[in-house]
Amino acid sequence: MSIWLDSNSKIVVQGITGKNGQFHSEQMLDYGTKIVGGVTPGKGGQETLGLPIWDTVNEAVDAGANVSCVFVPPAFAADAIMESADSGIKLIVGITEGIPALDMVKVKKYINSKDVRLIGPNCPGIITPGESKVGIMPGHIHRRGDVGVISRSGTLTYEAVNQVTEKGLGQSTCVGIGGDPVNGTNFVDCLEAFENDKNTKSIIMIGEIGGSAEETAANYVKEYVSKPVVGFIAGRTAPPGKRMGHAGAIISGGKGTAREKMKAMERAGIHVTENPAELGKTLEEIL
Amino acid sequence: MNIHEYQAKELFRQYGVRTLQGVVASNSDEAAKACKELGGKIWVVKAQVHAGGRGKGGGIVLCRSADEVYEAANNLIGKNLITPQTAKEGVEVRTIYIEEGCNISKELYLGIVLDREKELPVIMASTEGGVEIEEVASKNPGKILKVHVDPITGLGDWQARQIAFGLGLEGTQIKNCAKFMKSLYKLFVDLDCSIVEINPLVVNTDDEIIALDAKINFDSSGLFRHKEIEELRDTNEEEPLETRANKVGLNYIKLNGEIGCMVNGAGLAMATMDIIKLHGGEPANFLDVGGGADAKQVAEGFKVILSDPEVKAIFVNIFGGIMRCDFIAEGIITAAKEINMNVPLIVRLAGTNVELGKKMLSESGLDLISADDMDDGARKAIMAIGDNS
Repeated sequence: MSIWLDSNSKIVVQGITGKNGQFHSEQMLDYGTKIVGGVTPGKGGQETLGLPIWDTVNEAVDAGANVSCVFVPPAFAADAIMESADSGIKLIVGITEGIPALDMVKVKKYINSKDVRLIGPNCPGIITPGESKVGIMPGHIHRRGDVGVISRSGTLTYEAVNQVTEKGLGQSTCVGIGGDPVNGTNFVDCLEAFENDKNTKSIIMIGEIGGSAEETAANYVKEYVSKPVVGFIAGRTAPPGKRMGHAGAIISGGKGTAREKMKAMERAGIHVTENPAELGKTLEEIL
Repeated sequence: MNIHEYQAKELFRQYGVRTLQGVVASNSDEAAKACKELGGKIWVVKAQVHAGGRGKGGGIVLCRSADEVYEAANNLIGKNLITPQTAKEGVEVRTIYIEEGCNISKELYLGIVLDREKELPVIMASTEGGVEIEEVASKNPGKILKVHVDPITGLGDWQARQIAFGLGLEGTQIKNCAKFMKSLYKLFVDLDCSIVEINPLVVNTDDEIIALDAKINFDSSGLFRHKEIEELRDTNEEEPLETRANKVGLNYIKLNGEIGCMVNGAGLAMATMDIIKLHGGEPANFLDVGGGADAKQVAEGFKVILSDPEVKAIFVNIFGGIMRCDFIAEGIITAAKEINMNVPLIVRLAGTNVELGKKMLSESGLDLISADDMDDGARKAIMAIGDNS
């Protein structure tokens, strides 16, 4: 068992003919992900990587796709996400970095009226080890297991996953929710799903400075999560007012500091470590 | 991205948002001449720097004659202005803005930002104009009126009126305020702003609503569709090393420590700074080389890090995903050929093509310290500094 993604998921790659779309589609196929084809408007009827290319997501859905992975450039990504939502895709994974925030505001408003989940944008994607990988994470560091991983960051997630794997444990599903201020799936959505997933026995949650998503998540953990949670917040040393790479990682008006977030998590009974190299160790100690 | 007040007001005027007349000057003579151009008997000379709190730092001067304007300009231009929001040494004033006077009957606050929790733009208005809005927010949150805007329908007339009534306006002020709000909201959306703030927003004795100040911050992700805004960038206001790194597509932020950091991914870059601090060191910078950087960009990253004279060691922490460890290794080797790596270099590689990367580094004969994991790397970087000093 896992959340949202398994070996039955059928993927369409939006932007499959672009440099990133092409490279990562190949990586996903190598991992065993079931890709049914790609969409590049205007290139319908052609083939790539031995897969069909369609002009519209509608055609991909007709061919069985229920998950889309978006590599479309920032200027067109919001539109691509809404096209998927309109076509009846159930899970959209937005990899694209740099989508304007006000575009995402519209996307959120639009998809709220549809029966669809958006993960990201600006995220590494989602992986259920041994079953399916939709995104850009290096597959080989993952191992099938019962630790659920949620993170706002990409490479820091790999760091956490690697530590878990090195301890001889494995992951049920890993979700990168992305570093943008407005995103599809938040910590609470993931926590709820992991709490309800029989095969997830513990959770690692990696947040960062900016916004208040971690505080909201901490309150949720306190109320509803019975499984042990290990947490880390990146950006303790970040100065206020400076955007730390991610559009969402900024301390503004004295809000969104790492200190506040860590405190909220500790109050909720989350096992917070100050050392990002000790996520695996902290988890091992409480299990 | 930030712009200056005079630039923001120019944009305001383009959108029909009422401002006062003003003239930009870069020396005292121009400033004195501006008075004649503007007419009237009273002028305000305003230092054009991005930092807030200009009034507290003496950057806003009320003048009653051309001589006073000349004097004020003389005292500001070329000098460093220190405000609560600048570094200790302040920031150099290169440009000033001379504005006509105004008969104020009411001072208000107005801001439009993105509410991250509700994921909607929010207009915030308050009768407590002219003071720090963060202070009002923490001490007297009831004094801030909030109106969220639906991105599909835009700001409704009734919402614009809600704000006017909420601010206690009356008579023709209400109509003027509603028009002002609609124009300003249109600007916010059209130009992909992340913050538009007017503090104070004033009502004059003729019941007109006027932006006395103007602050705009743009969503950098939206700049690709606003080339004209990109041209308003004032690199004098930015840290030179950050500008240089940005030019080659690297995300660099200068900090005050001694350990230079080169990392892939923003989250891991922050975590690397954190772990250095945790073990008693101080990071010199944030640097995310991203996933798509090539050896040349990596080499440029090293040059940027080493241009900071405070740097006494460099910690390279890479978890290869999209970024391949061999690219990083090649970048290190290229950089070492072009510049003198005169500080200890600590390298931790993991993930995609790690074996190849390690092999390239060991065959290069470069003098570097390799680390097993990020904890080990941070400790070794701190130790290396201790050994050197």
